Amino acid sequence: MNKEVLDQWIARSFERDRRATAKLISWVEDDIERAHIMRSVLKETGRKMVVGITGPPGAGKSSLVEALTKLYRARDERVGIVAVDPSSPYTGGAILGDRIRMQAHGTDRDVFIRSMGTRGHLGGVTRSTSDVLRILEGGGYGRLLLETVGVGQSELEIMQMADTVVVVLNPGTGDGIQAIKAGIMEVADVFVVNKADLPGAERMKNDIEMMLNLNGDTRPWRPPVVLTSVITETGVESLYEKIEAHQCYMLETGQRDERRKERLRQEVWRHWEDKMRAVYETVWEEAREERVILHQDDPYQLAQMLWEERFKGG
Amino acid sequence: MNKTRIRVLVGKPGLDGHDRGAKVIARMLRDAGMEVIYSGLHQTPEQIVEAAIQEDVDLIGVSVLSGAHMTIFPRIKELLKEQNAEDILLMGGGTIPEEDIVSLIEAGHAEALFTPGATSTEIVSWIKSKLESIKEDVV
Repeated sequence: MNKEVLDQWIARSFERDRRATAKLISWVEDDIERAHIMRSVLKETGRKMVVGITGPPGAGKSSLVEALTKLYRARDERVGIVAVDPSSPYTGGAILGDRIRMQAHGTDRDVFIRSMGTRGHLGGVTRSTSDVLRILEGGGYGRLLLETVGVGQSELEIMQMADTVVVVLNPGTGDGIQAIKAGIMEVADVFVVNKADLPGAERMKNDIEMMLNLNGDTRPWRPPVVLTSVITETGVESLYEKIEAHQCYMLETGQRDERRKERLRQEVWRHWEDKMRAVYETVWEEAREERVILHQDDPYQLAQMLWEERFKGG
Repeated sequence: MNKTRIRVLVGKPGLDGHDRGAKVIARMLRDAGMEVIYSGLHQTPEQIVEAAIQEDVDLIGVSVLSGAHMTIFPRIKELLKEQNAEDILLMGGGTIPEEDIVSLIEAGHAEALFTPGATSTEIVSWIKSKLESIKEDVV
């Protein structure tokens, strides 16, 4: 694509043209002129904080995103939402259904909802999620919400993309042992026990609090546990306040910059991986057939040989 | 460099609540490797068009069983035009009489309309042939 035309699209997105913002997202997702687009976007963005919402499938992530959006809109803030659903590992196709729970903002032009398929990326988000959030910021959406796919116990990449991680759980989904497992339970900045109108909510809260007690008092931020029910519309205000409090904490203690430094490291590594993979593919294609056959039972040795040939003047 | 994945919005406008057809289509397109944004029931044409723009879809597919097709299709096309989004194609399905299909297609209110009995191969190959030429121009 012509760079001049592309720059016009970027300018239009900064002027809050929704069509342009949507196009930029598609191009970045499809890896078309991604570096060029992001150079312009990143120059103008990065100030706004990202709230990540994660949790198992059906926990109520989308409904909570909608409820939070309602509060932000009541304060006249513009909201950008990225909602991730899984892509099929067989066909690459996907059904992206998070919009169904976000109907209330369907025609509100100050809310931009973008659904994304994981396209083979593990970790609960997609390869381009953090870029897409910045494109939304560039398009004038100051509140950035990221909803992950329904996660199990170890999809933790949200940590690198969100300044505040909200982990959504439900009553009756596990006893105290689940709560002390490593992984998703460790990355939460705020816990939500959603569907608190169901029995067992208090008990779930107690289990989480107990786990947090075991952390001792060494950590300066103790994740609060909020009970919410989207059906009875309770607890969402409280969740809003806890998120605000966490964001203040992140800014005041410099934790936000720490987390972003780590994110930068990870992102650079990811781009390296992409480049390395491209190199690897040519190395593999060029590898002489007889040697591959000779060492086909020993991938360690084969890898070592190919590496040395490629990177040590071979 | 034609890596772009086809994105489709499947929606169900109006008041009838029979969304089995829409779900079958959504699943069929998923299995053909497309990303399908499913917007759910009771959508207004305004909601459908706004979602299509935000999601940057190539195609909108709506299922109409209520008999309101002569209103809904022209309205969606009109809104797309207002938003400078005429390049988004519109396809539909449902119980639509043959003479209405002819008049909707002739007036440009939809690019394709499928009725009960249409096969998945028919629908998927129509989408692919229609979109592949366009997508190559863009990239």
